[in-house]
Amino acid sequence: MKKYKAVVIGVSAGGMKVLTKLLSMLPENFSLPVMIVQHLHPSQSDFYIRHFNEKCALTVKEADEKEKIQSGYVYFAPPNYHLLIEEDRSFSLSCDEKVNFSRPSVDVLFESAVDVYHSDLIGIILTGANNDGAYGLQLIKNNGGLTLVQNPSEAESAVMPQAAIAAGGADDILSAEEIGNLLIRLDKKQQTPVYS
Amino acid sequence: MTDNEIEKIEIDLFLEAVFRRYGYDFTHYAKASIRRRVRNFLQKTGYTRVSEMIPEVLYNESFFANLVFDFSVTVTEMFRDPDFFLSVRNMIFPYLRTYPFIKIWQAGCATGEEVYSLAILMTEAGLYEKSTVFATDFNDPALKKAKEGIYPIKNVKDFTANYQKAGGNLSFAKYYHAQYDSVIMDKYLKQRITFANHNLATDGVFGEMHLILCRNVLIYFDRELQNRVLSLFKDSLIHKGFLCLGTKESLQFSDVCDDFKLIDAKNKIYQKKF
Ligand SMILES: C[S@@+](CC[C@H](N)C(=O)[O-])C[C@H]1O[C@@H](n2cnc3c(N)ncnc32)[C@H](O)[C@@H]1O
Repeated sequence: MKKYKAVVIGVSAGGMKVLTKLLSMLPENFSLPVMIVQHLHPSQSDFYIRHFNEKCALTVKEADEKEKIQSGYVYFAPPNYHLLIEEDRSFSLSCDEKVNFSRPSVDVLFESAVDVYHSDLIGIILTGANNDGAYGLQLIKNNGGLTLVQNPSEAESAVMPQAAIAAGGADDILSAEEIGNLLIRLDKKQQTPVYS
Repeated sequence: MTDNEIEKIEIDLFLEAVFRRYGYDFTHYAKASIRRRVRNFLQKTGYTRVSEMIPEVLYNESFFANLVFDFSVTVTEMFRDPDFFLSVRNMIFPYLRTYPFIKIWQAGCATGEEVYSLAILMTEAGLYEKSTVFATDFNDPALKKAKEGIYPIKNVKDFTANYQKAGGNLSFAKYYHAQYDSVIMDKYLKQRITFANHNLATDGVFGEMHLILCRNVLIYFDRELQNRVLSLFKDSLIHKGFLCLGTKESLQFSDVCDDFKLIDAKNKIYQKKF
């Protein structure tokens, strides 16, 4: 059976609502680390972290430079920094130029996640008003990972999901709720010991 | 072996070639971000494989100059993280005031916006006249821009807003002169600044400082290089001297952690212990 090791999510305009819904679905024993790039204002306070921590059974935090990635955590890219993943499964931050007019950029996270997790990766694109993440999601798909896109008709802003679908990177197009349920199901299946 | 694994070998060999040929050491940069830089650079060159750039970089010096320019990320702004500058004003300046002269090192100055911000703050605090400021970087084209102190006029709105958030209450316009679509920083602000090439990965101590700023540079280094640079800073500071890092950088988990006292956790201001 295929074993996924991490979930990466890209989300922009309209993200607070859909992330609140999705993150509050994840149970305490959800084992896959979740890494999120959400486009926020560069001088955004940590209010959003506190908000998600209240709603989510997992520990939600901004990723620190060189921090080891752990299961049971949801990590956000800090506003105004790109988030990258290192071979030893720790984080790097960078203030490189914006990509797709964005820093953090979804594409930057997704590309570096593919370098480390290869096919053991689940990539998700949610609501958003630009096309950041379309390239990255396609890259995940091409490398054998699982790619999910929020149904544009449900998304608060359909541009980002549509761009990801148009680029040919979507394995499945689902509602936020279906995405949550699928994640939970996949994770449960992986955690159940297989006797042979 | 997958293409991805092969590319890793190529990147290692390429960085090794750059180091042995030119002495610029990128081998201890954080792997994921240097890989991004290498890939971006590769795309611009028109080659398809990283290893194809090895002979080119070995024999073509201008290719190397382009590479340094491209590898060093000079993204910066004036009064970046205004709250940090406010804290410099309120927590560090009262100490500096007690010294007859002040030496400051700003490492990784990029195109100079940060060091001019500092010069403005020091001027307003009446400390600038007794200061010497060394602003260093390993990127010569960036240093040249820093020396000129000419910036696009479209950035000035943000700079002004940041200046005010950093506690500035004079007219920011008195610090620059507008010409066409650029502004040039006032000559007075340049007086006490010496711009110089210094490579943190390979060069050493060059003086005893009261204050060192090195912000948003260490995030690009691996732990080993971070430790090298941090002990360089430790050795370059007087007792009770200050070290300022970027808001996402810290001394926690570093070799010099116990040698410093944390003064402002949010703004990453440290003071060397006696
Ligand atoms: C992102 S900029 C930071 C600019 C400024 N300190 C700020 O925070 O806005 C990083 C700078 O570090 C410089 N740098 C990177 N590696 C260096 C090295 N080994 N030695 C000296 N400078 C280096 C780059 O050239 C670049 O100008």
